[in-house]
Amino acid sequence: MAILTKKDTKLILDPLADNNPITIQVLGICSALAITAELKASIVMALSVLFVLGLGNVVISLMRNIIPSKIRIIVQLVVVAALVIIVDQVLKAFAYELSKTLAVFVGLIITNCIIMGRFEAFALGNGVWRSFLDGIGNAAGYGIILIIVGFFRELLGSGTLLGIPVLGNPIDKTGLYAIGYENNGFMLLSPMALIVVGILIWVQRSRNKTLIEEN
Amino acid sequence: MLEHVELFFKSIFIDNMVFATFLGMCSYLAVSKKVATAVGLGAAVIFVLAVTVPLNWLLDQYILRDGALAWLGPEYADYNLSFLSFILFIATIATMVQLVEIVVEKFSPALYNSLGIFLPLIAVNCAILGGSLFMQAREIATLGLAFNYGLSSGIGWFLAILAIAAIREKIRYSNVPPPLRGLGITFIITGLMAIGFMSFGGMLTGGDEAPAPEPTTAQKSEKEKTTLEKEEQENAVSYNTIVKE
Repeated sequence: MAILTKKDTKLILDPLADNNPITIQVLGICSALAITAELKASIVMALSVLFVLGLGNVVISLMRNIIPSKIRIIVQLVVVAALVIIVDQVLKAFAYELSKTLAVFVGLIITNCIIMGRFEAFALGNGVWRSFLDGIGNAAGYGIILIIVGFFRELLGSGTLLGIPVLGNPIDKTGLYAIGYENNGFMLLSPMALIVVGILIWVQRSRNKTLIEEN
Repeated sequence: MLEHVELFFKSIFIDNMVFATFLGMCSYLAVSKKVATAVGLGAAVIFVLAVTVPLNWLLDQYILRDGALAWLGPEYADYNLSFLSFILFIATIATMVQLVEIVVEKFSPALYNSLGIFLPLIAVNCAILGGSLFMQAREIATLGLAFNYGLSSGIGWFLAILAIAAIREKIRYSNVPPPLRGLGITFIITGLMAIGFMSFGGMLTGGDEAPAPEPTTAQKSEKEKTTLEKEEQENAVSYNTIVKE
């Protein structure tokens, strides 16, 4: 188990680009758009999904031979709900301000299609180690998109990254603001998140022509 | 009565589930290729929301809230079971969706077949759980208002998916650049529609008491307030230093 086989590394690397959960599989869009106005919130959300998906995949894979097929959705929901309750309580205890920013979207990790999607598609039919890697890979793919969108939205929208002003001081007019640059406040609002992800998809599909949809 | 009307229109246009809070995007994107399936899914979402939000309101009111268990006896008044909200809400939703599935299969097999996998997937549609969670976060006051909220949120979602399905059917004949075809252009169009829906924000600026706190816009105005305060502080500091000199 020390060395990852080629198939295993594929499990981690594929979702990062070619099989990305958000831009290709079209899963997990809701939270990707709603909380990416700040880079910090995006990072915390990505880490939360990493925890829930990794651990959830392991648990479901361990139980895969004893879950009756008729109630498997309920079992999956219970496992995810339990893990998300843990994440929510930990966030409320150690990062209260951030949990207020994330608000209901921590709870909505339960219905994050990536998690249920990977449970159904992978964890129910594969071993524990591979399911763990698949969970990590997909969560990483999700996290990359979240961080990219959060980066641009926060940079262009408030001129800060992780709360630290990087383009200069807008009140004292230092840095870029001295030449008349203004923050694009619109970036912090919901429509721009959609358009930024649309542009990301455009870039990704231009670079990899095999992903283009036929009409 | 007026607050019912206000909540109704607010939930459809201003706090639209798709355009303001991005709930239910996955099925919104996946099912919107044809108007017929979009209408079917939208109707199912309205029905499930209208049923689950009041049910979850009852659960929240009498079991989950801080001090909600007081009706069992005064010694239970200190219990706060709100950490169980997620699991109880999702349980009611899964049950109700199963019920809706059985009813639809019995009364309209055509609709059942056209919806296919998406009917059971409504159980994990963020719009449904999101409706209940927002109902809890905004502390909706009565059962009637909860039903109103569920129904109108569903109608807002239905409106959104209907519009995007109609547009997608039309742009099939347009000259969209290949990398943008399908998913990319849908995102951008949804973004433009969201901008359009933002124009409804000025609709209910009546002089009544402020509506229930909305997480996103309240947090944004807080952000503006804190940046304004910071600006005032820093302006005050620089004025003082100038005066000293």
